[in-house]
Amino acid sequence: MTDAADALNVRVWRGKPANGGAFHSYEVPRAESQTILDVVTWIQQNAEPTLTYRFACRVGMCGSCAMMVNGAPRWTCRTHVRKAVQGNELEIAPLRNLPVIKDLTTDMTTFFDKWTDAQGMFHGTQTRHDEISTITPDDPKRRLVNEAVECINCAVCYAACDTVALNEDYLEPAALNRAWTLMNDERDGAFDSRLTAVTGAGGCTNCHSHQSCMTYCPNELNPTRSISGLKKLSASAFLWGGAKR
Amino acid sequence: MIGLRLFLLQRITALIMAPLVIGHIATMIYAVQNGLTAAEILSRTQGSVWWGLFYGLFVIAVAIHAAIGVRAIAYEWGKVPAAALNPMTWAIAVGLTLLGGRAIYAVVMP
Repeated sequence: MTDAADALNVRVWRGKPANGGAFHSYEVPRAESQTILDVVTWIQQNAEPTLTYRFACRVGMCGSCAMMVNGAPRWTCRTHVRKAVQGNELEIAPLRNLPVIKDLTTDMTTFFDKWTDAQGMFHGTQTRHDEISTITPDDPKRRLVNEAVECINCAVCYAACDTVALNEDYLEPAALNRAWTLMNDERDGAFDSRLTAVTGAGGCTNCHSHQSCMTYCPNELNPTRSISGLKKLSASAFLWGGAKR
Repeated sequence: MIGLRLFLLQRITALIMAPLVIGHIATMIYAVQNGLTAAEILSRTQGSVWWGLFYGLFVIAVAIHAAIGVRAIAYEWGKVPAAALNPMTWAIAVGLTLLGGRAIYAVVMP
């Protein structure tokens, strides 16, 4: 079902930072329902066995296959070629704002460190002997959590964010979005220390509300709204004292 | 590089400036349309406590607001080192206060 005229012209970033890098061109046959990850895999299996890239689940759950596709950050396993292609051209590059290890793989250490810096971990307050907390689905805070909780750590928002690009201290959208979900979790016991963590010099107040995180989030989350929630929470805590849950 | 205090200061000064900007522009248009000369305007503003307070508050709000805004731009776009940000922010705030204060002095003092 493919012929030369229908083939994709794919430019893929190859190289290591130490040796520099460049785009290499490949001709890839088109296929029905073909994803960007299919294209990258085809290149590795048929043209460039040493091409390095990262993926795991192929169904949009694990968040490991994100790359820049024609200049935009995307989860490649769930992005159809027809959605991202421009004419017959595809340009595939490693995620923006992260150091490249080799080819299409980036070092995500900073991304996950910032997750920890924003106290993205749950701090339990109960033991196995306590009653399980009852939180109803229509609880207002539970609803706020629902809106933001389906993050898969793909770093698409990190790559999309211009504040991340310009301000290395900035805690970044995914980490702040995660912090916002925990601030609304009644079972969590680190409200005050997390509030301090997300309002420091690189905290939520550095967000310029460009909304690129919201525009590109593959799960259609709105980290800008979560960050705005953190701004309100920290402002009222500062002005009116102790905005406890 | 904009912590919570600076963030709030910039928002609060913006809230203060919004009505002052409207008052300033409206008065300017009104004064010009009625053909007032500079001397006639000065005769109304000089010695006026209200115009002194109006522009005094305006200048302080502008000095704080602008200094914090320039701080963010200087860090993100100008790559000014973090250690230089506080002195720079203070210098801009004090500089704008002095410039504005000089203007108020000329317009309001009898």
